[in-house]
Amino acid sequence: MLTKRIIPCLDVKDGRVVKGTHFIALKDAGDPVELAEYYDKEGADELVFLDITASLEKRRTIVELVKRTASKVFIPFTVGGGIGSIEEIKEILRSGADKVSINTQAVKNPSLIREASKVFGSQCIVIAIDAKWDKDMRGWRVYINGGTTPTNLEAVSWAKEVESLGAGEILLTSIDADGTQQGYDITLTRAVAEAVNIPVIASGGAGNLEHIRDALKEGKASAALIASLLHYKKYTVREIKEYLKKEGISVRL
Amino acid sequence: MITVIDYGAGNLFSVRKALEYFGAKVIVSDISNDILNAKGLILPGVGAFGWGMKLLEEKDLCGAIRGAVDRGVPLLGVCLGLQLLFEESEESPEVKGLGIIKGKVKKLPSDLPLPHIGWNQVKILRNIPIFKGIKSESFFYFVHSYYGEPIDEGLVCGETDYGITFPSVIWQNNIFAVQFHPEKSSKEGLKIYKNFLDIVYGDNTSY
Repeated sequence: MLTKRIIPCLDVKDGRVVKGTHFIALKDAGDPVELAEYYDKEGADELVFLDITASLEKRRTIVELVKRTASKVFIPFTVGGGIGSIEEIKEILRSGADKVSINTQAVKNPSLIREASKVFGSQCIVIAIDAKWDKDMRGWRVYINGGTTPTNLEAVSWAKEVESLGAGEILLTSIDADGTQQGYDITLTRAVAEAVNIPVIASGGAGNLEHIRDALKEGKASAALIASLLHYKKYTVREIKEYLKKEGISVRL
Repeated sequence: MITVIDYGAGNLFSVRKALEYFGAKVIVSDISNDILNAKGLILPGVGAFGWGMKLLEEKDLCGAIRGAVDRGVPLLGVCLGLQLLFEESEESPEVKGLGIIKGKVKKLPSDLPLPHIGWNQVKILRNIPIFKGIKSESFFYFVHSYYGEPIDEGLVCGETDYGITFPSVIWQNNIFAVQFHPEKSSKEGLKIYKNFLDIVYGDNTSY
């Protein structure tokens, strides 16, 4: 049986981890590769690197990070953050990443989704959607540029559109829930998961084990993205998975 | 020396690194001589059957692969690499496969989302050397929409459920083939490469 996935997310800047440097057991807790190896050993199903580097060196540092990761980490990993061209996607996948996650550029240029999925296969193309409840829209408005710029898109219909353009997966972040540790936005997650036939990764708001269970069960997500809960060592991946298994959710243990 | 056959398909970097993890000498090559002179061969790949065969033919590698296999060189087929070993595929009906394993590649039923992506279990039917140290029902990482079905059911050594039960590990003499990606399957996946190296070199650990 196909399992639900637990995916740690690492924010990196200039090739260094910017959150979650509290791992005293690691030689260099700021090294994303060491942290990635640690999560692999702990039983993480995949990893996401979110690159927030803004410098001109961005591409070189991320490609170098991808190569170092692929040399030592033997689970699938995704790279996101500012990716916007076929050339960039090719370089990142060739360096050993399994998937790329595209957000702002997918909104600005939806044909990129079609082209990228045709060239590299849908399984490589994750579309990240940042959404926030909007009273006037009576739906969830899609935001770009790291959640700072509103668009005219509604999240559920945008999700359907990216699926039809060839996206292999949707990484769905609730701007309302993100950082609150009050739980994932289950209504949003479920609305999107029921609207599409591709996996939805729930992101934003995990504060305890029940939240993760709810996103996977009621929210119908295929995977849960987890950042601070893991980085601040509230739980280990193993503890999360043991809890989910007890709750009747199929996980890899 | 292990040769990873480079016909232009997929993530060869991770395959190479998984072998090098155990200290193996690896070359990634699209030259017939490197295939004929290898101690062990990996036929990797992600993508469509017809496209993969076309690349193998353009690079004129089919003869070298068949030749090495006939001489008994161990070969590990991974994902599309497993499928290319078959005679034909529903994915590209007009294209002939390598035909090293008798049988056909079929499409998974479409009542579940395709491709089948993620961690799924392999039930071990026969405890062959490639499974050394691996328990039945262990998890491996899959990305595919098609699966190979040998005419000789006895070749199927592992199977997986996704809508139907399909063969996920196949063994024919010196040929081992897995539908999942061992290089993306963490500890258990690395064991597959370690076991393959042990098959190639005997238990002599200097690879």
